[in-house]
Amino acid sequence: MADVIENTMELEEDTQTGRFLTFSLGRESYGIEIKYVTEIIGIQAITEIPELPEYVKGIINLRGKIIPVMDVRLRFKKEAREYNDRTCVIVVDIKDVSIGLIVDSVSEVLTIPEQGIVEPPKMNKGFNNRYIKNIGKVGNDVKLLLDCEKLLTEDELEDLSEVQ
Amino acid sequence: MSNGFVNEPMLDLFIFESMQLIEQMESLIIANERSGFYTSDAINEIFRIMHTIKGSSAMMLFNTISTLAHSMEDLFFVLREDKPQNVDYTDLSDLVFEGLDFIKVEIHKIRNGDEADGNPSELINSLRVFQASIKGQDSSPEAMNFAGQTDSHENPSPEKQQYYISKVSRETTSLQNTFQATLRFEPDCGMENLRAFGVVNDLGDLMEEYYHVPEDLDHEDSARAIGEQGFTLFLKTDRSWEEIHRVLIQTIYLKDLQLTQAQNSDLLNNQDLERKILLEDSSDKVSDSSNRDRVTRDFEGKEIHSAVTQQSIINVSVAKLDQLMDLVGEMVIAEAMVIQNPDLNGLELDNFQKAARQLRKITSEMQDMVMAIRMVPLTATFHKMHRIVRDMGKKLGKEVQLEIIGEETEVDKNIIEHISDPLMHLVRNALDHGIESAEDRQAKGKVQGGTISLEAKNAGSDVLVIVKDDGKGLSKDRILKKARENGLLYKSEGDMTDKEIFNLIFLPGFSTKDSVSEFSGRGVGMDVVTKNIETVGGSVSIASTLDKGTTITLAIPLTLAIIDGMNIKVGNSRYTIPIISIKESFRPKEEDIITDPDSHEMIMVRGRCYPILRLHELYGVKTEIIDFVDGIIIMVEHDKKSLCVFADELLGQQQVVVKALPEYIQRLKKISGLTGCTLLGDGSISLILDTAGLISL
Repeated sequence: MADVIENTMELEEDTQTGRFLTFSLGRESYGIEIKYVTEIIGIQAITEIPELPEYVKGIINLRGKIIPVMDVRLRFKKEAREYNDRTCVIVVDIKDVSIGLIVDSVSEVLTIPEQGIVEPPKMNKGFNNRYIKNIGKVGNDVKLLLDCEKLLTEDELEDLSEVQ
Repeated sequence: MSNGFVNEPMLDLFIFESMQLIEQMESLIIANERSGFYTSDAINEIFRIMHTIKGSSAMMLFNTISTLAHSMEDLFFVLREDKPQNVDYTDLSDLVFEGLDFIKVEIHKIRNGDEADGNPSELINSLRVFQASIKGQDSSPEAMNFAGQTDSHENPSPEKQQYYISKVSRETTSLQNTFQATLRFEPDCGMENLRAFGVVNDLGDLMEEYYHVPEDLDHEDSARAIGEQGFTLFLKTDRSWEEIHRVLIQTIYLKDLQLTQAQNSDLLNNQDLERKILLEDSSDKVSDSSNRDRVTRDFEGKEIHSAVTQQSIINVSVAKLDQLMDLVGEMVIAEAMVIQNPDLNGLELDNFQKAARQLRKITSEMQDMVMAIRMVPLTATFHKMHRIVRDMGKKLGKEVQLEIIGEETEVDKNIIEHISDPLMHLVRNALDHGIESAEDRQAKGKVQGGTISLEAKNAGSDVLVIVKDDGKGLSKDRILKKARENGLLYKSEGDMTDKEIFNLIFLPGFSTKDSVSEFSGRGVGMDVVTKNIETVGGSVSIASTLDKGTTITLAIPLTLAIIDGMNIKVGNSRYTIPIISIKESFRPKEEDIITDPDSHEMIMVRGRCYPILRLHELYGVKTEIIDFVDGIIIMVEHDKKSLCVFADELLGQQQVVVKALPEYIQRLKKISGLTGCTLLGDGSISLILDTAGLISL
């Protein structure tokens, strides 16, 4: 019985690998692995929480569940932008932590084959790519594929000390 | 593999039941030990408990436990049957406790998924020695006889067969199938007789009538017989072959199973005559009314009685209760969403209001009920301390009495789990550091035996648990000296109040005891106490008089989940303040406001001066209302300190369900003055203010 379950699990994994939800921030197009994504909702009333880094906008009520929301623009140190009706919240579940990512707009779900994915260029300075895991090529477009886990964990200490 | 699957819930149940039985037994022994001897009721009860543990652990294949339980059962059998005089009950209690500890350790191992690999043989030996010693003093021939054959007492009858006939089914014996089942167990599985008994038990109500070979499953010899010849069960039932087969095939360690249907019920009918005779026989015996019979009958009656009372109680997993509580919480919010729906504003809806009131009444009753279900009396937690006091008192050579007051006080199940450890630390500390040795006490002119009292009582929405000893009290000088050595002083000694000095002992790494003993003195303990109590939102306070004793008070909230809150508004943000900490709220007058040169703002209320905290400044919220006269002041109190919180306006009182802030945010930073958040009627989120945190800002 357990084997059967394992098999179906594998199948499910299969249908999810190589698929990315793409969204845009300004002119760039980003991709996020579909397996992390729980749902996409429109922008909602956000309750601000004091004393947090600027990019954590606050918490929202998602059908009785309270989840934090993070403005990805601010997280990437881009300038803030007014939210409009294109603004979306992508709810992701990373290592059992639910969080909403505020993005300019959501585009589509793409399958990017393995050969279309390359590592980001390595540079010593002046290029901040710590959240970008890979770069995906789709036709003539380039999608920056996010490292979700780093988005939540990386450099929090540094950011916190900035706030204080 | 399928066996493992089936076993999981059984294992849980086994662990749960055994722990419960052991706890029950401990308190029984403690209670009896104090009076100097064991009452026959107690002996019967202990015998029964050991018997149950033996049986269930053998069923679960934990042989170490079952053999130990078996020898303990033997011991109590002797006590029960022979009523020997001159038993050293203190030694007996020590032995039994040792045994219980062993079983507890084993069960712990099992719970953690480890092998129960402890070796009870030493314990069993000492049990045997003890048993022999009490039997040595008892020279009645019966007892001597017993030494040879443990179980001969239980089955002295000349009966060839034993029948168990359920009364209900007597009339309905016509439409039945008769089966003959022969079960063989794996060689070396051990305890075959108990396994067979398990089979009979499993079939339970499915059978109308049955008898089995060998007849007597309590007997040690029968285990061997079953091992060699298999276990044969004749049964009458109205179930189908498949149903019976399904039950039987699940038997653990089953090697093979033969289940055949007997066309007619000859098998049982043949026995009918014999049975009648036997029944007459036994009735004769009852009229003999030998002492032994009475004892067994009483014992059985008791068992039946307790089975009946247990039926009105069910065990529910805490996870399910948590879920239920979450649901009720959601319902409270949903109710508020309906009743305070903005669509209803300005409408005259008499009938709706009436129905809404009814709904509110029911939901609040339901909420109370859910909370009540989760409430557990402190009895078990308190009674565990008896054991600690007893053991430690013996080891340290101190004569200490434990006094328990208000054990029936109830607190939330989650909270009980958090206070059990701290309480143990406190009692240990009181015994080790607090109570002096008997000589010292005499020199001081105190009663020789020390007293530790454990008291619980309700105080508003808190439960106070007070641990009090009449020992030597805390020495301020020694505490200060120690604090100096460890660099824990943060303030000049002259400025410290008694309370502040005493509170030093709650700091991590503080221990006045110079040597580390088995029980305490490692400098952990008191800070663990505070930490544990603080995680459930409680507080610890301490009072002490030199040579008179020490009192440590734990104030613990009754429940964590749902609180009465006052919702307030600042700009666009909402906050909730727990009603219990609000003293009053009022609109301030201009002339009452005082500003000191450091621009700290204060307010004069009835001749007393309180600091003011502007929420909008603290949390950087944009609001139009900056003048005190335009907004509202809420005076909150915690731990006898007060603070005036300035907000825009009051939104109203509401029961709110406390939700923790999302994990991500908690990981980022602990936000000062916030304990959590809650959903308001309109679906918006309100942040719950932590009064204690605000005051200490």
